[in-house]
Amino acid sequence: MTVAVIQFGGSNCDRDAVRALRFLDIAAERIWHEDGLPADTSGIMLPGGFSYGDYLRAGAMAARSPIMGEVRDAAADGVPVLGVCNGAQVGCEAGLTDGAFTTNKRARFQCESVFLRVERSDTPWTGAFAVGDVIEVPIAHGEGRFEIDADRYEQLEANDRVLFRYCDADGTLTDAANPNGSTGNVAGILGERDSVAVLMPHPERATLPDVGGTDGQPILQAFGEQATR
Amino acid sequence: MTAYTATVTVRLKHGVLDPEAETTRQALERLGFELSALRSADRFEIDLEAADAADAEARAESMAERLLANPTIHDYEVSAAPANEGQ
Repeated sequence: MTVAVIQFGGSNCDRDAVRALRFLDIAAERIWHEDGLPADTSGIMLPGGFSYGDYLRAGAMAARSPIMGEVRDAAADGVPVLGVCNGAQVGCEAGLTDGAFTTNKRARFQCESVFLRVERSDTPWTGAFAVGDVIEVPIAHGEGRFEIDADRYEQLEANDRVLFRYCDADGTLTDAANPNGSTGNVAGILGERDSVAVLMPHPERATLPDVGGTDGQPILQAFGEQATR
Repeated sequence: MTAYTATVTVRLKHGVLDPEAETTRQALERLGFELSALRSADRFEIDLEAADAADAEARAESMAERLLANPTIHDYEVSAAPANEGQ
């Protein structure tokens, strides 16, 4: 039972992800995308970085690499899948989740700490939180603006697919607290199943106490809980 | 089979924010140019062997659907013409 952290050419948060997971006593391995998923894969993490140099669109190339077929099949079987930052872009491009993450409103790379409001507490990723809880997690992206047309956004909300929204320290959704101009302040969403989630902020960078906060721990902890279910 | 060049033009859907185009517009204004708006688009030129122009267009359209465009944010146009036209 191991969490496969999939490494594409240009991934750069794969080591951080493995280290954060192991810190939580969750078995995790970096898996080179060409090697395919190990037979004992109990979870899949698509890490941050700049896979394929963000050629064409962030995540576009990695989303169409052969291993993503395996990831889609595993996701359909209920294996938990978490896409973080570039992994979120890959997830949307691969159709694991709806919408797209594109150029930040201010056309800048933004590397800062943000507040997120928890929108669902009944998912594997957020079971340790209550709806409305505010957590602090870092972002580091140039293409994190969540974009989706009005009809599909309505669907997304109607189906309760929004997992996290950017907010201020009090949990209020404001334009000022929306770092990249995302539709509806959306920072993270669920796929068809609650066991599939993507988010632009980095929970693995908010896990080791020595490097900042630990608000990201419960999100990653889902891999451990699901694996033993 | 004949050699064709298919052209796929991918642009953001109307109403989708284009921060790169906006930044480019501001830079042009800083250089003293006067303009009302600026849009950017990606253009792909694909050389391929096809039975006719319609076949070339259909294949290029499929490429746009599956990779070159992201239907969530993009519209695209496809055209095809015999390659090396005029040479």
